[in-house]
Amino acid sequence: MVEKKAETLLSADNLTCIREERILFDELSFDIQAGEIVQIEGPNGAGKTSLLRILAGLSRPYAGRVNFKDEDITRCRDEFNDDLLYLGHLAGVKSELTAEENLNFNLRISGYDDFDTRGILEKVNLSGFEEALAGHLSAGQHRRTALARLWNTNCKLWLLDEPFTAIDKKGVEELEHLFLSHANNGGCVIMTTHQDMSIIGDDILRKIKLDYRFV
Amino acid sequence: MKKGLSFRQAFFTLLKRDLQIAVRHKGDIFNPLLFFVLVVTLFPLGIGPEPQVLSRVAPGIIWVAALLASMLSLERLFKADFVDGSLEQMLLSPQPLPLMVLAKVLAHWLLTGVPLILVAPLLAVLLHLETNSYGALMATLALGTPVLSLLGAIGVALTVGLRKGGVLLSLLILPLYIPVLIFATSAIDAAGLNLPYDGQLAIIAAMLVGSLTLAPFAIGASLRVSTN
Repeated sequence: MVEKKAETLLSADNLTCIREERILFDELSFDIQAGEIVQIEGPNGAGKTSLLRILAGLSRPYAGRVNFKDEDITRCRDEFNDDLLYLGHLAGVKSELTAEENLNFNLRISGYDDFDTRGILEKVNLSGFEEALAGHLSAGQHRRTALARLWNTNCKLWLLDEPFTAIDKKGVEELEHLFLSHANNGGCVIMTTHQDMSIIGDDILRKIKLDYRFV
Repeated sequence: MKKGLSFRQAFFTLLKRDLQIAVRHKGDIFNPLLFFVLVVTLFPLGIGPEPQVLSRVAPGIIWVAALLASMLSLERLFKADFVDGSLEQMLLSPQPLPLMVLAKVLAHWLLTGVPLILVAPLLAVLLHLETNSYGALMATLALGTPVLSLLGAIGVALTVGLRKGGVLLSLLILPLYIPVLIFATSAIDAAGLNLPYDGQLAIIAAMLVGSLTLAPFAIGASLRVSTN
């Protein structure tokens, strides 16, 4: 069997990031292929979130560039955003809206117009809470409302900042299964987390390490 | 799981969400309106009830109060979205940013501008505004308040990332508001003297068209800068 060479989805090209006059990382380069699950590792303050925001195109790096399928993301923003699902550590869930309204809005704003909100909420164990205001949900349920988007997406590139925060053990396992099947379907997941994963083993998981630098 | 949302649907989705949030957060609608009513009703108490004096200053008072009320309500335009991460999602959405920004500004105007236009004639009665000025008052407010929302949104977008952006915001946008104020009050004065005021209205309309077409792009670009 001839193994097909996986397509490079996202590549970082000599990224340098400076925050508060401290160099978080410099000349960081890597390629991420379809089918990969990547964990960005490092102590607090090492620049994991900054790196993820740069990869998503939310912040501009001090130097270097990010390429999506060999094209600079600032040049192909529409195409890139169409294939990108970014979940920051702020979930983008409105506390004045119900879980159902939140999910409905988040999916529509991503361009989907035909989906079953209740069915998706059931998959993230939120059935019975559809009508509850997100502000009244627990931290974990709040997070699940944001994560529910992952069950209805055809974006290839997932950038997730601490996806497991406040999620229970069973929920983490479900997420890991979801990540694996996403990777097997030609997508890729890039995430930051401090939590150990039970299903995604070290043989599958690729790690990018950031060190805390004092300069 | 197909992506088939049209621009129009995206626009109305966002508009509907913002109105829905405002309805559940009623203070957002009533605060600016209450401020407007209070400021205008205080003036007769402060400068005396003589009809001649009041009707002379009425256009200015109503417009200055409307301007300040609109500025007061501006800050919440993007702040809540910035704080809970919805703004990031909006920036990364495949829908065009200027379109979404326009939906947000329209929601803001419907919630703060339209109530002002509706109560303004009642307050004008309190201030003994010349009877033939009412048409001009309504017309200038209808054309002018959307300009205030659109221009103001640029300032808000630039300062949304700052912790205390309030003072800077006023400094940034007040100079942009002044032309609207000048032409609006001069139109109302002209109407009071039975002079034609189409010229002033045309200028305000031109400002509206200009800001309606250009401001959404400026707001989008400012949001990208301030979330950097």
